[in-house]
Amino acid sequence: MSLINYSSREISCKIVYYGPGLCGKTTNLEYIYDKVSPSTRGKLISLATQTDRTLFFDFLPVDLGAIRGFKTRFQLYTVPGQVYYNASRKLILRNVDGVVFVADSQVERLDANIESMHNLYENLAEYGVDLREIPFVIQYNKRDLPNISSLEELQGQLNPNGVQHFEAVATRGIGVFDTLAAVSKLVIRSLS
Amino acid sequence: MAAGASSWALEERDHARIERSLQSFLYDSNARCVLLVDRAGQLVTTAGERPDFDQAAFASLAAADFAANDQLASMIGEKEFSSLFHQGERESMYLADIARRVILVVLFDNRTTVGMIRIKVKGVVRELTEVFHEIFSRAPSASSPVLEAAFADEAEDEIDRLFGDM
Repeated sequence: MSLINYSSREISCKIVYYGPGLCGKTTNLEYIYDKVSPSTRGKLISLATQTDRTLFFDFLPVDLGAIRGFKTRFQLYTVPGQVYYNASRKLILRNVDGVVFVADSQVERLDANIESMHNLYENLAEYGVDLREIPFVIQYNKRDLPNISSLEELQGQLNPNGVQHFEAVATRGIGVFDTLAAVSKLVIRSLS
Repeated sequence: MAAGASSWALEERDHARIERSLQSFLYDSNARCVLLVDRAGQLVTTAGERPDFDQAAFASLAAADFAANDQLASMIGEKEFSSLFHQGERESMYLADIARRVILVVLFDNRTTVGMIRIKVKGVVRELTEVFHEIFSRAPSASSPVLEAAFADEAEDEIDRLFGDM
């Protein structure tokens, strides 16, 4: 749910990174945090367990600067990927403006990706939101690993509607900003 | 393409009404400052002493706190916890729901008491509920600058400039 504040002349939009456990959602945000100038982004907040697994969410605000006099800000969130944390995962989806699904390309994670995608549809549906009608892109992460599914197979299983997709190696930043730029543009377009 | 959820707009006149209510609440309650945060974790406005912490991070955590407690309420058979109180040694926080869309966060210290805050919050919540009901029932203004195609074009250029070379 984007907020247009005429008083402070600000526009804020919420983008959520979704996907199975250990697929690289937090890594995406950490890379963005490292690369974007400190004047453009805020603090990276991580509510994680002692073993660095996301417990509730990571949060990173990124400012686009003033567009036609309006300071435009994207609030980036990740969800906890582990199946166990569905209650908190659903909370983060509340009032979302755009979604990035980060898939783990490794063959043995295909089922986890599919399950997480179904879970995303279900959780959004509980808020009355249809994923096919909101800004949505898919990132196929870990493309540098040896045992990965082909792009065709991943597309067939996870992207029947043909939304924009990106191959990525989030640890090295490959595809991270392409993904962010694509979902940001879709969110901005959805305001008009 | 439809937006994920309807956007909402806060206009100058809304802000003036909200500011009046918040200033009067601060005067009556002796609280240090108040923040209004929407349920998506976006900061709407602040009043009183200027917070010296990261307000965007604070807003996201306050919304998450409220959302988690909402779920806890439903698990024990309550419709909601309409207010939350976090007590610190010197600083405390009182959070209250407004129209199920916005959260009022009051920061206060030992210049007042939680009892006083609780009493005075009721009034300001009532006033703000009315204001926000009006805001949310309003259709987005046709003259909104974000509805202009030029805004999206400029924003896309900025996105390319900012993220393009990363």
